[in-house]
Order: sequence, then structure tokens, then C-alpha cells
Amino acid sequence: MIDIKNFSFSYTKTQVFDNINLQFQKGAIYGLLGENGVGKTTLLKVISGLLKPTAGSCTVDEWVSFDRQPKFLQNIFLLPDEVPLPDSTTPERFFSDLAPFYPKQSVEMLQHLAGELNVDINRKFKEMSFGQQKKSLLACALALNTEYLLLDEPTNGLDIPSKADFRRILSERVGGDQTIIISTHQVKDVENLIDPIIIISQNQVLLNASVEKITEKLYFEYGGQQRPEALYSEMMPGGFLNVLVNDGMGESQINIEGLFNAVLRNQSTVKKLFD
Amino acid sequence: MDFKKQKPIYQQIADSLCERIVCGELPAEERMPSVRDVAVQLGVNPNTVMRTFEYLQQAEIIYNKRGVGYFVSADAADRILALHRKEFMEEDLPAFVQKMKLLGLSFDDIRKYE
Repeated sequence: MIDIKNFSFSYTKTQVFDNINLQFQKGAIYGLLGENGVGKTTLLKVISGLLKPTAGSCTVDEWVSFDRQPKFLQNIFLLPDEVPLPDSTTPERFFSDLAPFYPKQSVEMLQHLAGELNVDINRKFKEMSFGQQKKSLLACALALNTEYLLLDEPTNGLDIPSKADFRRILSERVGGDQTIIISTHQVKDVENLIDPIIIISQNQVLLNASVEKITEKLYFEYGGQQRPEALYSEMMPGGFLNVLVNDGMGESQINIEGLFNAVLRNQSTVKKLFD
Repeated sequence: MDFKKQKPIYQQIADSLCERIVCGELPAEERMPSVRDVAVQLGVNPNTVMRTFEYLQQAEIIYNKRGVGYFVSADAADRILALHRKEFMEEDLPAFVQKMKLLGLSFDDIRKYE
């Protein structure tokens, strides 16, 4: 479990988080959503021990992240949005350089994933398109087989078929103990994959709830009239999407963009609803 | 005026599995595909599919053999049909009747489709 307590973080002049509490349970694919610049990447860096909390703590199981103990580091991997890659390196080489540090890594898994994602791990990175590089790195990250895997904007630059491949290989990997955190603002790419969903905004955690809980508290109505009582309404083909407080209306299909906007615009209502 | 419902994903997955049971692709007493296989095929969170299976088990459409997996109940097709009837009577039909009213149609107008 990842446990972030009374956590604050500031870069020299800007405060990014102000006394937040946040927990990640094991064995789930978390979606970490937020507008650009609210601190998604900062949070991932803190969890993986690259940045030190200004105040409060971040622990992963029994390990304090920033202590960066080898036993902790061998079980967590952060794949940043952009990875500086030496021109002549191949994914295979990149992986074998990292492999000694990660006891549960598996070359067979790398080969399997490369096959699924349609990338050649013996090709040089510099000869690949951005999307292929991204997919190769993703295969490497998954094949290191760490208990905690943090993916920062993993679907950036993927073409349309690759996005479906991405969802498939991630859903295949879940189960058991592995915890995956996907930070993204491209919510369509991860719809139906991420559960629970975390929404952060300036300094705050606005929501951390399972999809089941969200659809219990909120109702998503598709294609009706605009409703004045809706937390958020948006025109869509055939009518309006209304995000409503679920007042015994049953369950509906979640719409993450609608959820995001509803939460952002009704912070105190949502807080009360989910507390 | 038009109250549109969109079922949660786990129920949509349940519907498609029920379809496969009714059309005989997944026959009675046969083993269900695994949660993982369904999740990977659809690219959805396995926990969502787990909810689908729990829902189908509660409706006694499938049953769990401990340590082996899920199987299609002997009377699964009948149970699905009963569920569909209930859904039709409680949800589809009221919406249909309401729409008739809005369009100014009477039951006499639709009798010829009987």
C-alpha cells in the first residue's frame, strides 16, 4: 500500500500540494487525473523516491520512499513521459541494463509484450517513431515486473490501434499484488481500465473513489434535456450528458470527462457526497 | 422528456455474455471463459469483469465450482429470458408507452403489428 500522509510539496516558489492525504491499495489500476501542471508528475516522483516531501510523509509498504532503500527500489518503477535515450541503444539493451536491479524481471515477458505491441526490441531507438519508442519502453517497464508500476502519460503519442493494445496488455497484467498508477489527461484512452479514479487539482485531492462508489453517488444521464440541478451538463449528439447526484436512480455508465468536470466545478458538494 | 439510461459497463458485459449463452455459444454446464480472458479481450479492468461474474452468479445464470472456475447453469437460458422479460416490462415498455403518448398514438394504431 502507498500511504501519503499530511503531505505538502513546494518547488522554490510554487506550492504544489498542501497537506494532502492519499492512499493507494494493492492490486488495482489507479487513474491519476488532473489538469496540466497540477502536480501529477510531482506526485509520481515523490512516490518513487525521486523527490522529498516538504512536509509529511510518503511510505510504500514499510518503506519510506525518499530513503530509497534497494529493497524498495527493486520493487517500483516509474516510466516518465519522456525518457532520454542514447541513440544507439535498442530496447533489448535498455532492458538488460536495467534487469539486474529488478529481481522479478522476465525477458520472456518482454518478448511476449513486444509481440503483442508489435515492436522490434532489437531495433535501435533512433530508428523508431515516437509511438514505437513509447511502446518499447512500456514493454520494458511491464517486463521489469515490479510490484508498483507508475506510468506517466503512457498513451501520449500512441496511434489508435496501439491504444487498444495498451489497454489489453494492462488488463492482462492486473491481478494479484501489482499496483499500477496511470497519470493522464487523455481519459478516453483509459476509460474502463482505471479503477479507482483519483482527481487532483491545485494543492488538493478532490476525489479518490472506485468506479462502483462513483456510480453509487453520481448518476450519468445520456442524451436527455439539460437539467438545471445537474452538477455538470454538456451537449452531446442526441441531447445532453447530465452528471447528477444519484438519488436512488440506480447505476449508470460512468463518463470520465463528465466526472472530471463535475468534480472540478463542485468541489465542496463532491467532498460531502464522498466523505 | 426522453430519459435515456446507459447501463454500467459491468452490466453491458453481462448482457453480451448472456447473449452468448442464449445463442448456444456458451452451452449449459460448460465452463465460462475466465475473468482474465474476458477482461483482456475487451481491454477493461479485470475487477469490472469480476463484478459481472458476481452479478451473473447472483442471478444464478452461472455458478462457481471452487478452484475450477465458473460454469453456465443448467437453466441459464430460461433465467436470462425471465430477466429480459422483467426488464422489458419494467423499463422498455413504460418508455415505449410514454413515447406513444407523446406522439399521440393509441394502442389501436399499433394493433396491426400484433
